[in-house]
Amino acid sequence: MNSYIQKKKRVDALFKYIVMFCVAFGILMLVLLLLQIFSQGLQKLNWSFLTSFPSRMASKAGIKSALVGSVWLISTTIIIALPIGVGTAIYLEEFGGKGKMAHWIQVNISNLAGVPSIVYGMLGLAVFVRGAGFGRSVLAGGFTLALLILPVIVVTSQEALKSVPKSLYQGSLALGLTRLQTLKGVVIPYAMPSILTGSILAISRALGEAAPLIMVGAVGYVAFTPESIMDQYTALPIQIFNWTSRPQKEFQEVAAAGIIVLMTLLLSFNGLAIFLRNKFQQRAE
Amino acid sequence: MNTTKFEIQKLNLFYGDMHALKDVNMTIKDKSITALIGPSGCGKSTFIRTLNRMNDLIENVKITGSVHLDEQDIYKDYDVIHLRKKVGMVFQKPNPFPMSIYDNVAYGPRAHGIKQRTQLDEIVEHSLKQAAIWDEVKDRLKANAFGLSGGQQQRLCIARALAISPEVVLMDEPTSALDPISTAKIEELAGELKKEYTIVIVTHNMQQAGRISDQTAFFLNGEVVEFDNTVQLFNTPRDSRTENYITGRFG
Repeated sequence: MNSYIQKKKRVDALFKYIVMFCVAFGILMLVLLLLQIFSQGLQKLNWSFLTSFPSRMASKAGIKSALVGSVWLISTTIIIALPIGVGTAIYLEEFGGKGKMAHWIQVNISNLAGVPSIVYGMLGLAVFVRGAGFGRSVLAGGFTLALLILPVIVVTSQEALKSVPKSLYQGSLALGLTRLQTLKGVVIPYAMPSILTGSILAISRALGEAAPLIMVGAVGYVAFTPESIMDQYTALPIQIFNWTSRPQKEFQEVAAAGIIVLMTLLLSFNGLAIFLRNKFQQRAE
Repeated sequence: MNTTKFEIQKLNLFYGDMHALKDVNMTIKDKSITALIGPSGCGKSTFIRTLNRMNDLIENVKITGSVHLDEQDIYKDYDVIHLRKKVGMVFQKPNPFPMSIYDNVAYGPRAHGIKQRTQLDEIVEHSLKQAAIWDEVKDRLKANAFGLSGGQQQRLCIARALAISPEVVLMDEPTSALDPISTAKIEELAGELKKEYTIVIVTHNMQQAGRISDQTAFFLNGEVVEFDNTVQLFNTPRDSRTENYITGRFG
């Protein structure tokens, strides 16, 4: 009996080391990646890198057009994806019912979340660039990225709405409020932290996408910043991809510096998500 | 003698195939307390929810018969918003909204178009006083309602229901989640409120029904077995099933 317990304890300890290794693996890889990028890119990263346009000469190359392009692109994406995504979630949760049709839509939204981004690129090319005649514009890129992240926004917003206690919903209706008043008054404020967290994480994914943008015509070398949503543009991942594909070693360093900029932008987005969530949660608790 | 507030005739309710209320007839008098007792799953909560049409929210519910409020059938040409403004509700578990105490009470009036600050202040104070919680919260109206104790939260929910000046207050087991002291406070409060409101209360607690109500209905398997003056029903029940239940032989 005693040896049986001893054996169980050993297995227990072993299990702990195995899962610890899983954690260590992820952290180690992240640290290696960061070390590699920072050692290569940090020397290139300075104010003139941020404020210069790309150049054929690595020493003069800057990231201005890509940085500004990414900000344009992501703003357009947010403006399109957030209202449509949250609206879809509200419809499905509050009005959609539980019929076969609703179930069918639900399953397909979940499936869409798993479709490779390049496929959305092809769709964007056919529908927005050519079909709608947006051309290779910020608008076409924004719509394409919005489509890409819509399923994630819909699903996370649905989960957020589902987590709102039914008692709050009923309490509001029992006071003679309409469904819209109830949504505005208690349901959406309660669900807001989770909706925002999910959406911002989806948006950061869009920020890092290169494949669909190549399809819808973000250009690798752009020496201007967009003035309107109908202008041509480039984005950070595209610019980085463009630099890494050059043979000169110096451009690898420029690319590394670009990656630092992109990661900083992503981290600030995630930071914003956490900040907003905490802010809304304080209000809700 | 009080006038009739609710007149329920041959009310049947089905959840899909399940016959949850069977031929319920009841007359609920104005400015009185009507208690609904009976074992779990007997239909009392279902019944109370027909009075403000909260069952509308559930799919596959079919209702026949009639429920008249002040001689108007609430299931025929009756606006449900209007109905719920007249017939307020307090739920089993306190369900304050995630906002300040003040905003909880002002929530209903605001939604019904009252925007003036002074008027809202007045309503909030009056409602909280009526719900006997004003003295406990008057110094922290801006504090979050979740910081209150369970009993205080429930009285806040009563204040919230009163803030839209209903005529009827439905209480669905309002004390089942509360300690005895909070329960006593709510019971005392109900006694006060019946001067101005008609109260219908679902309770598992027969002593509670005996203490506070004027009339009592005993539900069993979706039927009203007996409906009478509370004193009558508890002292000289006419039906043996009622007697068995109130003497604790089952349920």
